[in-house]
Amino acid sequence: MAARMMPSRHDPIRRRDETAIGISVDGEPIAGVEGQSIAGVVLARGRLAWRTTSAEGRPRGLFCGIGVCFDCIVTVNGERDVRACQRRASDGDVVETQHDELPEAAR
Amino acid sequence: MITDVVIVGAGIVGAACARALAMAGVRVTVLERGAAASGTSAKGEGNLLVSDKGPGAELDLAVYAASLWPNLVAELADELGPAFPPLEYERKGGLVVATTDAGAAPLLAFAATQREAGVDARPVSVADALALEPWLNPAITAAVHYPDDAQVQPVIATEALLASARGNGAVVRTGVTVTGATREATGRITGVTTSEGDVRADAVLIAAGPWSGEVAGAMGVHLPVKPRRGMVLVTTRMPHRVFHKVYDGDYFGATQSSDAALQTSSVVESTAAGTVLLGSSREQVGFDERLRVDVIREVAGKALRLFPFLAEASVMRTYGGFRPFMPDHLPVIGEDHRAPGLWHASGHEGAGIGLSLATADLIVAAMLGTTPPLDPAPFGLDRASLAPHLVGETAEPEGEAA
Amino acid sequence: MSPGAASASSAGRTVLVVGAGPAGLAAAKAARERGASVILLDSADATGGQYWRHLPAARPSANERALHHGWSTYTALHAELDRDPGCEIVLGAQVWAIEQFGAAPGATPDAAPGADGERTDAAAAAAPAPVAVHVLVGLPDGTARRGRTFRPDALVLATGAHDRTLPFPGWDLPGVFTAGAAQAFAKGERVALGERVVIAGAGPFLLPVAASVAATGAKVLGVYEASRAAALVRGWLPKPWQLVGAAKKGGELAGYVGSHLRHRIPYVTGRAVVAAHGTDRVEAVTIAEVDADWRSIPGTERRVVADAVCVSHGFTPRLELPIAAGCELTPERFVRIDEGQATSVPGVYAAGEITGIGGVDAALAEGEIAGHVAAGGSTRDADLAAAIGARRTFTGFAARIEAAHGIRPGWTSWLEDDTIVCRCEEVPYGRLRETREATCASGLRSMKLTTRAGLGICQGRVCGRTVEELIGAGGAPGALTVDGSPSTSATTDRRPIASPLRIGELAGRAPGDPGGPVDPHTITHRPSEKGHP
Repeated sequence: MAARMMPSRHDPIRRRDETAIGISVDGEPIAGVEGQSIAGVVLARGRLAWRTTSAEGRPRGLFCGIGVCFDCIVTVNGERDVRACQRRASDGDVVETQHDELPEAAR
Repeated sequence: MITDVVIVGAGIVGAACARALAMAGVRVTVLERGAAASGTSAKGEGNLLVSDKGPGAELDLAVYAASLWPNLVAELADELGPAFPPLEYERKGGLVVATTDAGAAPLLAFAATQREAGVDARPVSVADALALEPWLNPAITAAVHYPDDAQVQPVIATEALLASARGNGAVVRTGVTVTGATREATGRITGVTTSEGDVRADAVLIAAGPWSGEVAGAMGVHLPVKPRRGMVLVTTRMPHRVFHKVYDGDYFGATQSSDAALQTSSVVESTAAGTVLLGSSREQVGFDERLRVDVIREVAGKALRLFPFLAEASVMRTYGGFRPFMPDHLPVIGEDHRAPGLWHASGHEGAGIGLSLATADLIVAAMLGTTPPLDPAPFGLDRASLAPHLVGETAEPEGEAA
Repeated sequence: MSPGAASASSAGRTVLVVGAGPAGLAAAKAARERGASVILLDSADATGGQYWRHLPAARPSANERALHHGWSTYTALHAELDRDPGCEIVLGAQVWAIEQFGAAPGATPDAAPGADGERTDAAAAAAPAPVAVHVLVGLPDGTARRGRTFRPDALVLATGAHDRTLPFPGWDLPGVFTAGAAQAFAKGERVALGERVVIAGAGPFLLPVAASVAATGAKVLGVYEASRAAALVRGWLPKPWQLVGAAKKGGELAGYVGSHLRHRIPYVTGRAVVAAHGTDRVEAVTIAEVDADWRSIPGTERRVVADAVCVSHGFTPRLELPIAAGCELTPERFVRIDEGQATSVPGVYAAGEITGIGGVDAALAEGEIAGHVAAGGSTRDADLAAAIGARRTFTGFAARIEAAHGIRPGWTSWLEDDTIVCRCEEVPYGRLRETREATCASGLRSMKLTTRAGLGICQGRVCGRTVEELIGAGGAPGALTVDGSPSTSATTDRRPIASPLRIGELAGRAPGDPGGPVDPHTITHRPSEKGHP
């Protein structure tokens, strides 16, 4: 039904020694492991979308996964336009989703 | 009697002239070697400014042009219908600020001379400036508000003028390079030779912006227009925090100087897409398009002096264009006294978007013998200030062959 | 050959390699073997590129090699460079601009006052590459990255390629990904992007993606290849000896086929995902049969329930840095190279997918040749013979992929008027078409500025070539040129700012970076720049 991280106990590559971290997304705490990207942390919890587009207000999340499309940008610790697929999550990161309205709508 | 006109160049000046002439009943053919709206018209901010010009002929032209834009925008919207993208015309106003103590008095004095010439130039206190632009650096020393500064999306405006010209019977041919002129025995120009054959005309109007010198050269006359490069930075979309066109006062110095060395002064404004444009630079480096990091560093640094909050904004694009620069800082609008049948509408430097409509009206009046909306003499190629730049120069093509 | 065996000509020579994927790693190693000092840059925080994308050190595992082909090749390359003091590996290094020096292309002597004809572009080939490479080092998209500028003797560009996904109705829904995203998140995160996954598009890359996705425990409902079997036969079989010669690639593909059998993944040709459905996320897709031109065949549509769709129709080379450096492109829009991997710019070399989509073995061979020649070697040197032979073997691979899987024009039949073409600026197909008609098919720049297609934060990386094709069809003469110039700059691939940077970083005012560092290979300004052209 959703995206998820393969549980380490079932992973044939035998992952071990993962360190738990926690970040918040729009105030909601989310658990992850050290070394995941911010997109990885959010997707592993089954959440597919986080940004909202400017013109149509449509949901967006990961698309290219390799830093090319910028669909996944978020604000991290106050810094805007950070590609969630490129930035590793750090314990305590405060992530805010972005919805940048067009100037006409802002007026 | 002029009934057929060839216009060389499908930028905004050529487009405005094509529309105005076509609406006056003239048969117009626009010839463009590349694509429409792909040169200087596609590389600027779309400024329709009165704030940057001191009293004189160019300011008169700008004030007249400013009066034309609102009607034009409405007319084009009616004519082209809802499928055509809007021109994004906005009379957002300009705010010119001084960033140093020494800069305050000259800025206010300059505004006073503009007021005498009829420009709405309102000195405002720092507190009032901050009310207009809450994110502005509070350390500014003086500010003048110009409610009549406006902007338009220049590429859409050019395409709209061309579409309207076509609707009025003009023919626009892209991918056609003009290679020279045809002449009758008297020397009078009777049309152009092109990569796609000859085109006959009673008048040939060169509106090729910074490439006008090259086109004129191909027709055997010298036109002292040179490219003056400008670079603009574009940020990613961000929350709306810049509401006017905001300049630092250095802008005037840069506009009026011929110095080839790099000059930058800050121009910061938002676009309808939510991005912010940071300008701009002026250098004379020929048609060299290559990125210069020192130039954009300086543009970025000066923008931060106006809006410190921009330090964490992201730049995603830079683009450069070539302004058509005349040695005496005035456009050339009218017939070439040295070559009957040849006309010019170029050399507008950074003001061509705004001045295009007024230029077109002057061209129509001169070609058809009607009353001009203002005195065309200051823009004539035979004006005294250009004489030193016309004599002794041989007619040779500038830049690479077309 | 050890570094000590290098000839005198490469002593003290600095080779800067951009991109630490297969081509860049091979280039760095070969340049070191020729005795050059090497600086290897990658924007990621690990080497390996997309091909060998792997879990970070913070997430150790006992058997990561099971996820990769050629893993031992990677670990050996990485280990050798990592312990080599003559190779500086700079990770988190984002090249954001390359400046060109030397004479302006097409500049005329009188165009630049003060130039005095003082030009050095005719200088000997041993002169440093006429470029400055501007880099920010730090967290991806950070605000306080450290600026470094390099003036290397030679520059090797190995920036790779990214997926190209054609638009179709619903492709902007969450749950639609590129195939590359599925691969990256399977290998680099161990995240399955869905439970019931459809993989579609074109090209042999879909097979390893399916294998990777299946290895995350997701159910791959099928791999839908748009090209029809006939095209695949034409592309792959006219010169079967090439397949034999490309034994490793054949072996790799055979491995994926084996994996598919194990996971019982159907592989169907002549089918495309022509729509994705759902309100706020993908719930189902429509798969249709397509003809040889990829036009969907009415009546063949079938709706399939899925929660993730991974779609790629090919690759787009990352050309912004080669273009910024002034490198000429081929008509197929790859970097033009000679037999020594040299580009048209003296001292600048290119290797890997930016010279043609040829796969990992071609990239390794090209990288080795590029690094060797960049360090002062010759293609005639005996120690390069194996790489040159390997490159010859795999050169045909790119052409075969294009013949078999290349994008066919009928894909536009999938579009509806409200199908988003430019994802960033939300420009629908209908608006592009209307604008093209209203402006009589004007030029590319004008179309972009009029519709905003390609002007968003990805700067046309995703939609650029698609927009070109959509407006180029039936376009006026010169429709795809800019300023009437046929130069390499006349494409959406030109991005002088190769990656976004903060205005504070650009102005040199980032916190903690007041003046910019100076180190042996770093300069911030060239005295000769004054009064340049």
